[in-house]
Amino acid sequence: MASITDLTLAQIVKALQEGDLSSRELTQAYLERIERLEPGLHAFITLTPELALSQADQADRQYAAWRREPGAPHLPAFLGVPLAVKDVLCLANTRCTCGSRILENFSPVYNATTVERLLSEGMVILGKTNTDEFAMGSSTENSAYGVTHNPWDMERVPGGSSGGSAAAVAAHLAPIALGTDTGGSVRQPASFCGLTGIKPTYGRVSRYGLVAYGSSLDVVGVLGQNAEDVASIFTRIAGHDPLDATTMDLPVPEIHLGPPSEQALRGLRIGIPDEYFISGIQPEVEAGIRTAIKLFESLGAQAQPISLPHTEYALPVYYLLAPAEASANLARFDGIRYGPRVPAETLGEVFRCTRGEKFGPEVKRRIMLGTYALSAGYYDAYYGQAQKVRTLIKRDFEKAFQNVDVIAAPVAPTTAFRIGEHGDDPLAMYLEDVFTLPANLAGVPGLAFSVGFDNQGLPIGMQLMGPHFREELLFQAAHAYQQVTDWHTHQPVL
Amino acid sequence: MTLSFEEVEHIADLARLELSPAEKELYRKQLSHILDYAARLQSLDTSGIPPTSSVLPPHSVLRADESRPGLPSPALLKNAPQAESGQFRVPAVLE
Repeated sequence: MASITDLTLAQIVKALQEGDLSSRELTQAYLERIERLEPGLHAFITLTPELALSQADQADRQYAAWRREPGAPHLPAFLGVPLAVKDVLCLANTRCTCGSRILENFSPVYNATTVERLLSEGMVILGKTNTDEFAMGSSTENSAYGVTHNPWDMERVPGGSSGGSAAAVAAHLAPIALGTDTGGSVRQPASFCGLTGIKPTYGRVSRYGLVAYGSSLDVVGVLGQNAEDVASIFTRIAGHDPLDATTMDLPVPEIHLGPPSEQALRGLRIGIPDEYFISGIQPEVEAGIRTAIKLFESLGAQAQPISLPHTEYALPVYYLLAPAEASANLARFDGIRYGPRVPAETLGEVFRCTRGEKFGPEVKRRIMLGTYALSAGYYDAYYGQAQKVRTLIKRDFEKAFQNVDVIAAPVAPTTAFRIGEHGDDPLAMYLEDVFTLPANLAGVPGLAFSVGFDNQGLPIGMQLMGPHFREELLFQAAHAYQQVTDWHTHQPVL
Repeated sequence: MTLSFEEVEHIADLARLELSPAEKELYRKQLSHILDYAARLQSLDTSGIPPTSSVLPPHSVLRADESRPGLPSPALLKNAPQAESGQFRVPAVLE
């Protein structure tokens, strides 16, 4: 067996069930690797080694009982398997900072539903991963706790905002991780780090216990080494939750991923949107996507050009709506119920001084932008118009899915950029999200996965988008691709 | 679209953010730049287009109106910077 930390999630589950490996051995192997590599990568904000080892021992006791009496007690699906969790999802009694000083001591009193479901499947929590402050960013540089480095090139960003989760999985500090995606925050870091990452349909996965950023856009997703691993965790976190009224009460299908087959994708209609192959896109990214599409065709899929004519408006729509929602959601951070308080004479000064001092620059920028877009006299021109254009973007997708099953596009215009590259130009940073925002605005699912490397050795990511609640189509297509390619098995040298 | 310094101060006041003069000037420039970019939305004819209220089909979220236990107050107060007698403590609001 290769190094323990090189196992895929599926291999880990098998090794644990067959008794080739104990959860303690496995968990310790990850903790040792974290100890070695974390100082350079900084993928985590908070590590939870004591919790992890106690969960691992508990898992090993359950396996022992099960072996004595196989089949008798129910064996949770991921018993003893380590997990990293983005630090915007609540894990009870473990600090949840959201990458912000305003929550530097915040200790949640309950678990997020996604975390709760994976705990009940027996998972072992290694720690809480780094994120742009309140998930606002595309590089993890906006964290108040320092930047995360890309395992493929330590001078580059891992993407964001789920950059800590992406770096952790890419560096094999964890076999799988939870992230969140409001405008691309699972798919873009998955792309920059050579991983597979799902942004589920809006309403597919509960947001309960996720600290809210843009409530009409936020969705919890998964980052892993391959489509099979990500799909297996996705099906466990998906589904109706009475604690989140926006989750739909729909069955979550088991996702059947077949063995390699020459015509695995026979009949699958793939739309290629002209608007996603714009000037300015890195030539190797476009070439990588086009080569991958050819491979999909060789597996029996039919590719055809399509148009999503309002794509260019997604960026201005998103950067009005998400900040508007954020300005309302972040009103709760005022130094009264949680977080530090900056002392002041009056209540109003407590609010202003605590928020002014403890929020970072990008969060304040978005609160200001959102407040402006919602303010008297500007609401119709900015927020109202953006919501109407959002309808046009959503209709583009509805129309496209009358003729194709999935849509293929690059995840981002470039591979991972350098730390500090967009330092003082927020708009240049926002442009990194140009291909990921439309799926959030339309609420459709998107799956990112690696389709090669550029000449600097940096991963190139492709995304497949599908109709609402049809995540299985995306997983099946990516899995078929991964059965006949090995990009997803490449590892950074660390 | 150029925001004035006073407009930035007004927005900061609405958002309850204490900003330094340097921050106000920075945000004045950056927000003006971003709003310029967003102005392209004005060129689209959206007459007759309804705003998106939800990306999902409308669905009922009614549940039975039954009382359920909530979190106990010690848990709710656990993260408060200042608490007293089972309540959040704040500076005096009324003289």
